[in-house]
Amino acid sequence: MTGAAVQISHLSKRYSDFVAVDDVSLDVAPGEFVTLLGLSGSGKTTTLMAVAGFVDLDAGRIAIDGRDIAGLPPEKRDLGVVFQNYALFPHLNVFENVAFPLRMRKWTQPAIEKAIGRVLDIVSLGHLATRRIAELSGGQQQRVALARALVFEPPVLLMDEPLGALDRSLRDQLQTEIKRIQRDLGVTVLYVTHDQEEALALSDRIAVMAEGKICQLATPDEIYENPASAFVAGFVGESNFIDVTMRGQDGPLATVAPTGIPGALFTATTSRAAAPAQAQAVMAIRPEALRLAALQDTPPCNAIPGRVALREFMGATVRLTIDTELGPMIVRDGRVSEAARFKAGDTVRLSWNERDALLFPPR
Amino acid sequence: MSARLRSAVPAALILPGFLLVAGLFVWPVAQLVATSFGDRAGALVHYVKIFTEPTYLRVVGRTLLLSAQTAMLCVLLGYPLAYQLNRAGGIGKAVILVCILIPFWTNLLVRTYGWIILLNPQGVINGVLRQLGLIEGAVPLVYNTTGVLIGMTQIMLPYMVLPLAAVMSRLDPAVMRAARSLGASPAQAFLKVYVPLTLPGVLGGFLLVFMLSLGFFVVPAILGGPRDLLLAQLIEFNINQTLNWPFAAALSTVLLAATVTLYWIGDRFFGLGRLWGAR
Repeated sequence: MTGAAVQISHLSKRYSDFVAVDDVSLDVAPGEFVTLLGLSGSGKTTTLMAVAGFVDLDAGRIAIDGRDIAGLPPEKRDLGVVFQNYALFPHLNVFENVAFPLRMRKWTQPAIEKAIGRVLDIVSLGHLATRRIAELSGGQQQRVALARALVFEPPVLLMDEPLGALDRSLRDQLQTEIKRIQRDLGVTVLYVTHDQEEALALSDRIAVMAEGKICQLATPDEIYENPASAFVAGFVGESNFIDVTMRGQDGPLATVAPTGIPGALFTATTSRAAAPAQAQAVMAIRPEALRLAALQDTPPCNAIPGRVALREFMGATVRLTIDTELGPMIVRDGRVSEAARFKAGDTVRLSWNERDALLFPPR
Repeated sequence: MSARLRSAVPAALILPGFLLVAGLFVWPVAQLVATSFGDRAGALVHYVKIFTEPTYLRVVGRTLLLSAQTAMLCVLLGYPLAYQLNRAGGIGKAVILVCILIPFWTNLLVRTYGWIILLNPQGVINGVLRQLGLIEGAVPLVYNTTGVLIGMTQIMLPYMVLPLAAVMSRLDPAVMRAARSLGASPAQAFLKVYVPLTLPGVLGGFLLVFMLSLGFFVVPAILGGPRDLLLAQLIEFNINQTLNWPFAAALSTVLLAATVTLYWIGDRFFGLGRLWGAR
């Protein structure tokens, strides 16, 4: 099985009172894992269902390996689809669920048995072939749905929040398995989720969606390190946001005055993707980019005093909420770091490197 | 409030209903069954009569056949109706519901005599058929089993449509999408997924209509012919005309046993109790 290229160009879908998908274009390379990441109503599921053939498009073109499929009914598209809540057939057992696409394609019984034996091994369900769907756990149902969508060797697999109904540890485990299966089979995956951690872990590229548009399409690292907008910086991972006024600019570096503290000046980096054009801007700093020190230490240049309001122990990391003149700031650092030693009530100094403070147009 | 009093209050609230059911239903039914076995000539004499004399066997057979036909017609008419009811949006849904429920709420006698106006040899339907030149005389549509079947089907239809629509509404629409994405045409998805998943509703509705039809009296009495006696009419005849109450009691017991057996089958295998909301 080899993956196919998926080309989505200028997709639009309007419902009576709102635009679900607004001129979305996306090219997925053969064998690539691309995630549509967004909140509910961002258009991610509508886009996926349009590729699957369940949404009548107002405009746009969808092609698989260059072949336009926009006019084809779902059953003629030959794409594997894993639905939210799996949509298994409760009246059929595991074997017959997985056999369904093969029976529709009129495969012979020996060929069906061979293909199912293989695919159930891939999802580690070989021993459950005769079980009824109602007798399976959520994780097992997920695997059946995956096997059913893969058994006819589709070149593209579409997945709509496949892990949404499962608890954390099971999600992590299945996440790893989905990634392994996708690599082994070489199938192209278009994946929809609202869970940013899932998207970061699984994807070759992520398309962050909001209000029917793609805000940024890039690798997980790129999206995390160079978000295209303040929205993306806040949606993928955490960010501290500070309203500032631009004072001067020298290449990528800029001098800014925070709105909250009269007279103070910071240095920051104008973001590559979206440099602020006007005087007002917002500065975003990741919680792990903030350093924490005792107040009496020598003040570095980008620093503000504050007081630890809350200390949350997260296991591998510690998350501190610091009350400052700029409002509450979140700091995250390792369990054994300098920052982890502070307790609630301690007075501290917050500082950051100008490279880690990104400037965006105001939201 | 003491624990004893607390448990006494619900018991006291249940008591009136319990007495009503026990006194006016359980006891009389027990009496009825006892009467059917209480003949001096032998406990089973009436039952032997029912199951050996061809006349009575024919009535039992005719009742079973007509009930089955009614239930079958209700399935054929009710399945598309329930399907539409479940798919239709606001106004469409209201129209279908009104069409099903207005007759359901209309007085039984009014409705049944209404059918005579439509179906009799000089009635609307025969008149139209004659006008169109499709027939010469008149098609016998009433005072025979055809008339009974038409009348019964109309009355029983809601008992099929409403539970069936409830079963259909519980079906996850994503399941149909999944079938399509896996290569099934709309017709294949309907036959391989929708029908099997709604079949328990069909079987449950069939049994329900069948059970209710077994004991039906008014419609056969008005729309039926004199030679097509059904079980309920035979019971009435034995109570009011021949005054053979023990025999009428035996006939009633047969009817009761048939209904209870069917209900048990329906509840055990097709979740009939769930359709009613009993569980």
